[in-house]
Amino acid sequence: MSLTVRIRKKLSHFTLAADFSAADHFTCLLGASGSGKSMLLKCIAGLETPDEGYIELNGRVLYDSEKKTDIRPQNRSVGYLFQNYALFPNMTVKENILISRYKDRNLPEVQDRLKELISLLQLEGYEDKYPNRISGGQQQRTALARIMMSDPEILLLDEPFAALDANLREKLQMEMKDLLKEYGQQVIMVTHDRDEAYRMSDAAGVLEDGRLIICKPTRELFADPETVSAARMIGCKNIVPIQMLSQHELAIPKWGIQIRLKQLVPEKTTHIGIKAHHFGNKKDYTFPVCYCGGMEDTFEHIIRFRFHKQEAGSADIWWKLPYALTPDTLPDRIGFNEKDILLLHQEVGETC
Amino acid sequence: MDWYPLWNSLRIAAISCVIVFFLGIFLAQKVARLPGVIKGICDVILTLPMVLPPTVCGYFLLLIFGVRRPLGSLLARYGITFVMTWQGGILASVLVAFPLMYRTARGAFESYNKDLTSAGRTLGLSDLYIFWRIQMPACKQGIIAGIVLAFARALGEYGATSMLIGYTPGRTATISTTVYQMWRTGNDVLAFKWVMVNVAISAVVLLTVNMLEKKNR
Repeated sequence: MSLTVRIRKKLSHFTLAADFSAADHFTCLLGASGSGKSMLLKCIAGLETPDEGYIELNGRVLYDSEKKTDIRPQNRSVGYLFQNYALFPNMTVKENILISRYKDRNLPEVQDRLKELISLLQLEGYEDKYPNRISGGQQQRTALARIMMSDPEILLLDEPFAALDANLREKLQMEMKDLLKEYGQQVIMVTHDRDEAYRMSDAAGVLEDGRLIICKPTRELFADPETVSAARMIGCKNIVPIQMLSQHELAIPKWGIQIRLKQLVPEKTTHIGIKAHHFGNKKDYTFPVCYCGGMEDTFEHIIRFRFHKQEAGSADIWWKLPYALTPDTLPDRIGFNEKDILLLHQEVGETC
Repeated sequence: MDWYPLWNSLRIAAISCVIVFFLGIFLAQKVARLPGVIKGICDVILTLPMVLPPTVCGYFLLLIFGVRRPLGSLLARYGITFVMTWQGGILASVLVAFPLMYRTARGAFESYNKDLTSAGRTLGLSDLYIFWRIQMPACKQGIIAGIVLAFARALGEYGATSMLIGYTPGRTATISTTVYQMWRTGNDVLAFKWVMVNVAISAVVLLTVNMLEKKNR
């Protein structure tokens, strides 16, 4: 299980430049819309041609600009799940699933596989229905069955849950995670949804303006995003620039505070981030604050506050506090623990 | 009543329709993929026959295929003449009906979800299979509309046809040129009969289309 991608492609607003290897079962690439996620997948599938570079799948060269290798999508053995599933509207569920084997659809082994996939993906009873007559979840499963029938070496998922409503989304995420684990082939998914990435993937990368800036095991990425844009992508709300006073001392001018850390601060650090959940009154560092507003969310308060000496014009700080833990009166001093400080740096086209 | 004009009109319209169908989808497919400016220019040239008076189209055809013109005389040496022959009627109808097919097909191709083609390619289907078995059925509505419009237009072609092939009873006469000829020579009864024939054919064509569309739904 290994995919190596090292490509460049000039797009209208930026240059897509990805350089990564993925060997885990499930890799997720996080990126805002317009960050070049889909284009990257299309280059891997051969639906778009990079300007230059190299793509290798399980030791097989799919694309090499120097040697002028460019395998057709038909021969790449890459399965692609489109955001809108791209089911063929003039064919039934069964015909869609069988399409990659339409020449030998009557062979017993093909028919056996069809039955297997239909039961695996819970499509019994829908075999002869047309795609516009079945639900979004069923359409997605049909598209997945169609890909599995073609037996690809790798599956590319292009925002597979974006078109579904929130209730259904979590259910299908869980189902698909189990299903893909059972199927066993390598999976690359792109999404803008950090929760989705966290739930489903073993490794995760962050794409910004066409550059893949970081890529590591998912849990590690969320614990230590390393770069400013990765921190933003995993949902860190409070990110501010810092000044290094010494190897253990930081000034945060925008917040008007200084802190002393036990750990050594890496020299390249330019920013710190504190997740909105990590504030509280019994912490390593606390400072006097004033409150400036808030909003009630489904399960928690979102509170906006400012430190007393905070620079005028700087953004309010976000604090997310579960209802069960909310005291009657909000504390005068708020702060954070040393272990919750994300030490970040502004990325300069790094690769992983 | 001599039925030659009916037979002649139908075969001219049918043959032109087949030619226009393939030419229309072929060029629509090519043009839909072109970059902006070139696309605009090609589009203007290919649509021009729709807005030009048919007589002007006929004039251009005479300029190119006239027996004293280079191409016309070259073709004549191999026994192919389009002036004053029923085959010339095909040429005139194709030119005038082409933009209708081309434009409706291009519209259909442009609103076609190209992910379907991409999906087909990653599933190992040949480009030809994808085009005929996935893209064309997905664009069916637009394509059928284009065929019908083109057929109706070819059947009713008068201006370019009369310029290029004139009116020779039993040889180049079509329904529309016969109607004009009968009326001009004062044969109102026969002119009216041919008008009714034309109306009947057009009604049948439209009815068939409506039935086909209902069936597809």
